[in-house]
Amino acid sequence: MAAKKGFNIFAHELVPEHRILSEEEKEELLKKYKIKISQLPQIKAKDPAVQALGAKPGDIIEIKRKSPTAGVYYYYRIVVED
Amino acid sequence: MREMQSIKKVIGSIEFGILSPQEIRKMSAAEITVPDTYDDDGYPIEGGLMDKRLGVIDPGLRCETCGARYGECPGHFGHIELARPVIHVGFAKTIYRILESTCRECGRIKLTEEEIKDYMKKLELVGDRKKARDKLIREIHKKAKERMVCPHCGAPQFPLKFERPTIYWEVRKDELGNEYRHRMMPTEIRDRLERIPDRDLPLLGLHPEKSRPEWMVLTVLPVPPVTVRPSITLESGIRAEDDLTHKLVDILRINNRLKTNIEAGAPQLIIEDLWDLLQYHVTTYINNETSGVPPAKHKSGRPLKTLAQRLKGKEGRFRGNLSGKRVNFSARTVISPDPMISINEVGVPLAIAMELTVPEKVTEFNIEKLREMVLNGPEKYPGANYVIDPQGRRIKLMESNKEKMADMLDIGWTVERHLLDGDIVLFNRQPSLHRMSIMAHRVRVMPYKTFRLNLAVCPPYNADFDGDEMNLHVPQTEEAQAEARILMEVQNHIISPRYGGPIIGGIQDHISGGYLLTREGAYFTRSEVEQMLMFAGVDIDKLPEPDKVENGVEYWSGKTIFSLLLPEGLTIWYRNKLCDDPSKCEPLEKLIEEKLLPDPEEVKKLAYDGFVYIQNGKLLSGAIDKKAYGREDGKILDIIVREYGVERARQFLDQVTKLAIWVITHKGFTTAIDDEDLPEEAMDRIKEIIREAEERVNRLIEAYKAGELEPLPGKTLEETLESKIMAVLAEARDNAGKVAEQYLGMNNFAVIMAKTGARGKILNITQMAALLGQQSIRGKRLHRGYRGRVLSHFKPGDLGARARGFIVNSYKSGLTPQEYFFHAMGGREGLVDTAVRTAQSGYMQRRLINALQDLKVDYDGTVRDPTGIIVQFRYGEDGVDPMKSWQGKTVDVERVIVRSLLKLRAKR
Ligand SMILES: [Mg+2]
Ligand SMILES: [Zn+2]
Ligand SMILES: [Zn+2]
Repeated sequence: MAAKKGFNIFAHELVPEHRILSEEEKEELLKKYKIKISQLPQIKAKDPAVQALGAKPGDIIEIKRKSPTAGVYYYYRIVVED
Repeated sequence: MREMQSIKKVIGSIEFGILSPQEIRKMSAAEITVPDTYDDDGYPIEGGLMDKRLGVIDPGLRCETCGARYGECPGHFGHIELARPVIHVGFAKTIYRILESTCRECGRIKLTEEEIKDYMKKLELVGDRKKARDKLIREIHKKAKERMVCPHCGAPQFPLKFERPTIYWEVRKDELGNEYRHRMMPTEIRDRLERIPDRDLPLLGLHPEKSRPEWMVLTVLPVPPVTVRPSITLESGIRAEDDLTHKLVDILRINNRLKTNIEAGAPQLIIEDLWDLLQYHVTTYINNETSGVPPAKHKSGRPLKTLAQRLKGKEGRFRGNLSGKRVNFSARTVISPDPMISINEVGVPLAIAMELTVPEKVTEFNIEKLREMVLNGPEKYPGANYVIDPQGRRIKLMESNKEKMADMLDIGWTVERHLLDGDIVLFNRQPSLHRMSIMAHRVRVMPYKTFRLNLAVCPPYNADFDGDEMNLHVPQTEEAQAEARILMEVQNHIISPRYGGPIIGGIQDHISGGYLLTREGAYFTRSEVEQMLMFAGVDIDKLPEPDKVENGVEYWSGKTIFSLLLPEGLTIWYRNKLCDDPSKCEPLEKLIEEKLLPDPEEVKKLAYDGFVYIQNGKLLSGAIDKKAYGREDGKILDIIVREYGVERARQFLDQVTKLAIWVITHKGFTTAIDDEDLPEEAMDRIKEIIREAEERVNRLIEAYKAGELEPLPGKTLEETLESKIMAVLAEARDNAGKVAEQYLGMNNFAVIMAKTGARGKILNITQMAALLGQQSIRGKRLHRGYRGRVLSHFKPGDLGARARGFIVNSYKSGLTPQEYFFHAMGGREGLVDTAVRTAQSGYMQRRLINALQDLKVDYDGTVRDPTGIIVQFRYGEDGVDPMKSWQGKTVDVERVIVRSLLKLRAKR
């Protein structure tokens, strides 16, 4: 389901950048933190940002957030079914 | 001690599962068949519930399983072979769910192979997330129970009915299509559960190896060791058995009757009755508060405390014995202040020091000292209460054996000696809301009966001396003592992790005294200087040159003396709380900006109490106030902690507080009612301000009544009027305050306290000297009470200032009765607020702690829960320890630049 016509949520200043990780990046992330998929924070497939990106369950989303302490902070969430 | 040596093992992990009948039999030391405990001689009956193979509780007997005596034998399980299986109440609902989800013929879960594969995958994705997992299991159950034909064998299914606590019905249909209910006995249920294949179990939320479903129907009942259900001998000499033993006797009695009846081929009806009775006893044995089951009662009518009751609730095993427990080597008493001890010390009453002990191993270095202490015994300080020999035997020291023990004392022994000065202890005050609520202190043994603590540590504990009590714990191992020393000592907590600034610092008189010492024009004679430095414990060989000589008398300025406490080379400048005229700071600021380290004489010419400039450890300008070493914003203290370390900061704080106290006690400092005296001229001006304000309020009311008031955007006419009146009255109070301030200068003690931040605000002085001002509830003027008025002393509908809670009197002039009532109304709100706030924040705190207590920062900087689920990829997003941060930020860039410049200058 595409985003509603004429409204791009990513254009809103409160919505951080979302990006789907490639297979290699996924692999790398799991290796870096020595974790299983189930140990990642989750994001629901019905999340507006996930829908706008067209991500499917099993994809990992990279969220680039503004952080008051660190400047930029990357967060990773695994897309799960609702 | 000795029995511990035989079972020294480390727990690697814990798994929870259901005991299988085989396991129960395997861990059993004896089968119990006799529904009795002791024979007429008071000797345990073989095969009875107190069988010696289950352990012993009589001092004279030996355990027949391990051979050990009472107190050493941990006890051993036994078992009862049940004549007929019974449902375990704890699993009654689970059994119902499993029966509903599986086929009554083939035992497979009633899902298609495709669905099974799908759900298995989902289950894997869910991992250890309990909530999501439970949700998925519920979903599977819902889907499977709807299937009325088995997808595997095609057998038709019947709906099930569950009747609390342990009865199951199958709603069957006969050939004519008439519904009838079939009671499923535990044997039938067990058969069906046995048929469920292992591979379907994960979908039912079970682990095939750890919990087979048929184990939820008991065929063998474990009998807990005698040691967990000891009988008590009453004063009358009668033995009283534990509730669990009573219940087990009931179970055995019915079990035996059921067995004989079955063997005798009794009618089915009788057997089923007995079976149900056995079920009842086993049910109440497990949980005597099962709903729908009358609780088993003692002869006296008191309900029995069975297995579940031992675990549940506030006094249960979990909350009462595991999450919180009673401890040894602890003390509690009232606290009182002692400004002479260090912030990391605690005064311990002698009586407590002789009760609490530290185990100290005897070595060739301390044997003489410890022998002396053993010789002193438990009643002479410094003595010892116990010695432990190399075999681990703990021997109590008494007047009678102390000489003998001192003689025998040798290397390899341990002495539990009295608390000595310098021992490390943990000190705590409830409610322990943050980590500074428990800190390590060094012991100072003192006379009298209270714990003594330095005033600077009151803020982290939130302690005062109106009867507060505190707890003290003595770490018993070298590891614990070392950890406490390194991590928990008070000086390590000067900087709070809450806001990255000092939480421990000078308070009240420390601040006022610091001001009296360092303000412009404060000079001290040689004798004064020598006394105060001695008092503060400042160790110097020679006084600096006097700042001035008048009539042949030498004088030192307070700034010079204060500088003696500062670390050498410290350079810092800031505007403090006393700076009310920026133009007086600016010339100095400009000078420093230009030259970085300007000539001290040049600085002294520009010196201003409101601007602190410390150059190379010399205070050249500015007076000391809360911003110097007070809590929350003590700049000098902050810098010393960061640049000279916590030990130096502790020394500084100890010395500076004592110095301030010397000054304040010797110069004299008091506040009384005459501190609020204003000259008549000032009172007239205040009266005029009030009169004017009331007039303006009346004009506003008239304008409102005449309909001439313009409403403010977003407000009704009434709201507009209210907000305008409030503004006028607030301004009036501020102006009156300013007038009062003008007439009260820095020679007024109340003003000194307010301005330096030692205690109170200027507002408090205003309220005492000038007027109280508007009382309010929820930010509005008072309006509730009678119809159209707050008190019957006013006309209905009176919107005037005085009728709606504006108090024109001061605390000093005294309130009118009406004003007094208004004040009580406003004051009540404050009380209610605090009461409500503490309750709410306490609840919030508990919820937060429960949610966060198991999270930890891993070595890779991530924040994870115990199962390894990531919560943050980097702690706090920046990975910074807030206690090591600067006001929450990673670095203080400006300070780094300043320090670099200073270093550069020093090289040149
Ligand atoms: Mg108190
Ligand atoms: Zn034993
Ligand atoms: Zn089937």
